[in-house]
Amino acid sequence: MSMRSLLLGGALVLFCTSESWADGPRLGRVVSPDEMAAWDISIAPDGANLPPGSGTPAQGEVVYRETCQACHGERGAGKPNDPLVGGQGTLTGEGMPIKTVGSFWPYATTLFDYVRRAMPLTAPKSLTDDQVYAVCAYILSLNGIVGPSDTMNAQTLAAVRMPNRDGFIVFSRSR
Amino acid sequence: MRNGIRRAGKCDLQPVAGNGLLDRRALFRAGAAMAAGAGFARSANATGPLQIEPWMREVGAPFVPYGQPSHFENKVARIFATLPGTTGTGASRTPLHALEGTITPNGLHFERSHDGIPEIDPTAHQLLIHGLVRRPLSFTVEALSRYPTVSRIAFIECGGNGGALYQKSPVQLGVQGLHGLLSCAEWTGVPLAILLDEAGVDPKARWILAEGADAASMSRSVPLAKAMDDAIVALYQNGERIRPGNGYPMRLLLPGFEGNTNVKWLRRIKLTDGPMMTKDETSKYTISLPDGKAQQFVFPIEAKSVITRPSPGLRLDGAGVYEISGLAWSGYGRIAKVDVSADGGKSWAPALLQDPVLPMALTRFRIPWQWNGGAAVLQSRAEDESGYVQPTREQLIAERGSKTIFHYNGITSWGVSANGELAHVYA
Repeated sequence: MSMRSLLLGGALVLFCTSESWADGPRLGRVVSPDEMAAWDISIAPDGANLPPGSGTPAQGEVVYRETCQACHGERGAGKPNDPLVGGQGTLTGEGMPIKTVGSFWPYATTLFDYVRRAMPLTAPKSLTDDQVYAVCAYILSLNGIVGPSDTMNAQTLAAVRMPNRDGFIVFSRSR
Repeated sequence: MRNGIRRAGKCDLQPVAGNGLLDRRALFRAGAAMAAGAGFARSANATGPLQIEPWMREVGAPFVPYGQPSHFENKVARIFATLPGTTGTGASRTPLHALEGTITPNGLHFERSHDGIPEIDPTAHQLLIHGLVRRPLSFTVEALSRYPTVSRIAFIECGGNGGALYQKSPVQLGVQGLHGLLSCAEWTGVPLAILLDEAGVDPKARWILAEGADAASMSRSVPLAKAMDDAIVALYQNGERIRPGNGYPMRLLLPGFEGNTNVKWLRRIKLTDGPMMTKDETSKYTISLPDGKAQQFVFPIEAKSVITRPSPGLRLDGAGVYEISGLAWSGYGRIAKVDVSADGGKSWAPALLQDPVLPMALTRFRIPWQWNGGAAVLQSRAEDESGYVQPTREQLIAERGSKTIFHYNGITSWGVSANGELAHVYA
């Protein structure tokens, strides 16, 4: 057997090994869409997967005062944790940028996704979808991005255009 | 031969770079270590006649089920800062100044948690793979334990590690406080590609969303290409089950990618046609530039290095020969070279790279140094196999500004004063 055919044989063995991995032990359980509904909470930036429900800034203000204000301050001013309002004009020039929902966040869908999964810190996933829409409406209205009586739901939230929507560049390694 | 011990006949303690840096192999040569003499480990307790100590005259301690370090080492510990009003939300930092080699002990691996460390019952935990696949599948921990496994030594570094060095004046912390969001372990688990193949990847899929089972359900989007290339659903860390603070019972390991994408407590992977634009890939972990734009999806960690010994908090005990030792790493592959300077970057000498030098793993470097007892500024500069050279702090900030805390990979400088103390300086 020539060295060349030996090498080819070795390559075939490797190939077969990876093929058999692709077949795998098949120990995964097939899950139906109904079964995974409670887990499938991520919201795409085009609004895909936003749930039914709605809320207004006025409704959101009530939820905010009760569950958010202790960490994020009155009207989203911040302290002890991140500010949610203001910061416009700080992304350029000297000094650290003040990155709030209004000044920095590129998608309103991120706000719904994050609040629903992670907020409030002491009781995450405790808000109803209506309450999350309402809090989003309140924070967006404090930032002047939606009107004080605009209702947020799957359609209207997905349609919100955030001020810093075009503020991001996908990184590529430059030499 | 990268680091073989060569026994040359001559004693070569002539400096090879400014302020006393010696040839990287000088101390391995016959006679040189003897000639070095003073400087190493002068201890008041080590003088006088040798004693038969009490522990040689009594029965030793019993066995314990799970061992702990000597209590003499109880200062070798993580330090942490937490969000106001919380106890487990924030980050803990590895004491790099007190460790040697490249593997971080499991109890000292750095942690970043967004809403505490969950206590997950492994028999109730499942990993769901769904989205753009032919068959959505869920896997138990037990099922995954029957899959083909791979082991890989890999560093994980938080995207915010070193962020203090963007500040205008040098923050007075040591290597743990400044760069301690960095660790390295042997991770063992199932190649994610096997599980994705079983689920059947839809040709329209381009990204995955990885999500944790913690209270924050922390989630990140990662290109599918990385998931298919070398991603691991890790179950073991340095031979034992992953520690709770590092993702028990399973985490995503993405070799070389910023720490936050290595999602802990992994419970769900959704295949998608684009990124989800989660909170942690938009409002955080993006690099704000002076023109107001922000770089997003900065995944691999650029080449970086830092001297761990000596470093602030440690003290040089009189003029003489010391070993300078540190860590170098790159998310783009292997470390090719580390240079060290003792004169603030005026002159450089190549350090010895300790085997093994693995891609996307910490690499230990060493070089002997004859300290003359005067002022010195110690620096290290890594180069990876792609040819990328770690920039100076000035170069990095000239290129990127300092409106961010993320992905600082510039050179770190330790100033040595005549009394042997070290401090973080800008040089």
